[in-house]
Amino acid sequence: MIEISTLTKVFGSGQEAMTALDNVSVTIAENEFFTLLGPSGCGKTTLLRMIAGFELPDTGEIRLDGQPVTHLPPHHRPINTVFQNYALFPHMNVAQNVGFGLEMLGRDRKEIDATVARTLELVRLDHLAGRRIDQLSGGQQQRVALARALAPAPKVLLLDEPLSALDFKLRKEMQSELKRLQLETGITFVFVTHDQEEALTMSDRIAVMSAGKILQIGRPMDIYDRPAARFVADFIGDINFIEGTVTDGGTVATGSGDLAVTAPLPASGTTVTLAIRPEHVMPGAEGPNSLAGTLAERVYFGSGTVLEVDLGATRISCRTGDAPFAEGAPLSVTLPPERLQVLQD
Amino acid sequence: MADRITDTRTTRQPASDALAGARAARDSAAKRTRVFLLAPAILTIGIVGLMPLSIALVYSFLEPGTYGGVTWAFSTDAYVQFLFDRDIFDDSLTFSTSYLSIFWRSAFLAIITTIGALLIGFPTAYFIATKPPAQRNLWLFLVTLPFWTNLLIRTYAMLLIIRDEGFINITLQMIGLTSGPIEMLYTDGAVFLGLIYSFLPFMVLPLYASLEKLDFRLVEAAHDLYAGRVQVLRRVILPMARPGMIAGCILVFIPCLGAYITPELLGGGKKLMIGNMIALQFGGSRNWPFGSAAALILMAMVLIVLLIVNRSRADAEVSHG
Ligand SMILES: Nc1ncnc2c1ncn2[C@@H]1O[C@H](COP(=O)(O)OP(=O)(O)O)[C@@H](O)[C@H]1O
Ligand SMILES: [Mg+2]
Repeated sequence: MIEISTLTKVFGSGQEAMTALDNVSVTIAENEFFTLLGPSGCGKTTLLRMIAGFELPDTGEIRLDGQPVTHLPPHHRPINTVFQNYALFPHMNVAQNVGFGLEMLGRDRKEIDATVARTLELVRLDHLAGRRIDQLSGGQQQRVALARALAPAPKVLLLDEPLSALDFKLRKEMQSELKRLQLETGITFVFVTHDQEEALTMSDRIAVMSAGKILQIGRPMDIYDRPAARFVADFIGDINFIEGTVTDGGTVATGSGDLAVTAPLPASGTTVTLAIRPEHVMPGAEGPNSLAGTLAERVYFGSGTVLEVDLGATRISCRTGDAPFAEGAPLSVTLPPERLQVLQD
Repeated sequence: MADRITDTRTTRQPASDALAGARAARDSAAKRTRVFLLAPAILTIGIVGLMPLSIALVYSFLEPGTYGGVTWAFSTDAYVQFLFDRDIFDDSLTFSTSYLSIFWRSAFLAIITTIGALLIGFPTAYFIATKPPAQRNLWLFLVTLPFWTNLLIRTYAMLLIIRDEGFINITLQMIGLTSGPIEMLYTDGAVFLGLIYSFLPFMVLPLYASLEKLDFRLVEAAHDLYAGRVQVLRRVILPMARPGMIAGCILVFIPCLGAYITPELLGGGKKLMIGNMIALQFGGSRNWPFGSAAALILMAMVLIVLLIVNRSRADAEVSHG
């Protein structure tokens, strides 16, 4: 549906040149909840603004349903945006804001009124149609912005960190609300966030970005379980890294002992980084891939406990339910071979 | 415990009395200070505002002196003269529009000058407001630069540019576009040009003040919602610039209505404007009461315009709410 190929954008020139997008290619499917995830300044907004038509790429092309739209102005693209700061029109009331797009499309009054009413119902704001914008709470403004972008029934809805200004509880609520809206309307959502948890819970697919590049595209599970790069593994969730060298015997020699892995390994002698999530590290268990260490620290966090185990050469954290272990006591950990990711940088 | 409480209460009684006394003293002192501090403002308003107005009001109901000044006899002639011609032989009154037409001509000129200034001032202010903040001050400085010289001198400069042997005509003839001078000086067009030139900054500055506050992300949002350039201007930019437009129009319209120097120099005083007509009453015509009455009528007109503007602004606010 949206085909983005080799987009590059450099802001400024000479000394101050800043590559906001570096050869970005991605294809977003119809009805997909697609998320751009990455730290602040990695180019997410720039990419979104390019899809909306506010920014021209230096090179590359954007196609919508097969048609090139790269140079089409924003008001000719069937794409609407929910802006980070909402950008609601302060001189119009809620219903006028929501009806604005339809009015600009030249729909007749009756249709506009009906659609506005239906859309406000969809975001559960039908009781506030006549309110002025400055009389709304942040969460309500958020819903108006959403309704305003949904009302013209665009092919694609772009959302730039729409939930970042909301408090925790409201954010959780809006996350499921957005998911519901996406399913009900069948509109393709392109969602921008720097919050990995938000990305994992809401998305069909995620593109992880860093410094203007897309590092990995995949389903939340793929990204979490099989990160393609150290940056991706580190950015999403907690993870342990263990440096090592591939041996002739098909294992990885680390400072704390040899480890077997099921994932394919590069040629013997190559340095690799092994990665494993804390919840996959098994405390106390004996068997293959178990390493001896001491329990350095125990942190209780409600639904579980994190054990920091000192393995001599490295430290490894291990997440577990109950933990009848004493700090300072010897504790070995087992790293299941099928859970060890092999990353080459 | 209870004893202690009563104790403190009894000892506190006189103390609070003293406190109340002190407070009263402080209040009256504060009142005195306030009056003292307000005095300059009251004096200024009284001397520069109310006194001249009162004098004009009183004079407008007196009879003119033979060599200027007034004779202390009550008369409504000044106001009657505004609408009627008095026959010198039989004292009969006939309705006359000669002064009304002067008022109308001035009002018309003020209106088209205001519209002209708005049409030029809006793009100018928009241009400045969309420049990077560092550059805006330079542009604003350039807009206000003419204020650094006296209005009279600026008007003379304009006269030198547009007169028959002026810059424009000489240039046109030199490059052979015209064979003789185009008459520009001493026309309504010249007055219009001069007024716009003089009062344009009064339009640009308030417009800039409201456009500068405009959030340009709203413009993007409107574009995103299928609004083209014209619709963005009409539906987002103009409504947000409304306060600046109203302020600018008032600031240009009012001084234009009573303008004196510009019509005198560039219009050649050929067609009387209100300002020149009033000035004439205190000079050659030696009719101070009529001059005063005309000035008061002019002021009443301005007040009515302001009231209408205020009313429509309040209405607009209500319809938004
Ligand atoms: N209009 C611009 N002019 C100059 N630099 C810009 C502009 N817009 C974005 N940038 C730069 O491009 C980079 C990416 O910005 P952005 O896309 O906003 O990142 P994100 O949304 O991921 O935080 C940043 O370093 C930012 O400073
Ligand atoms: Mg951003």
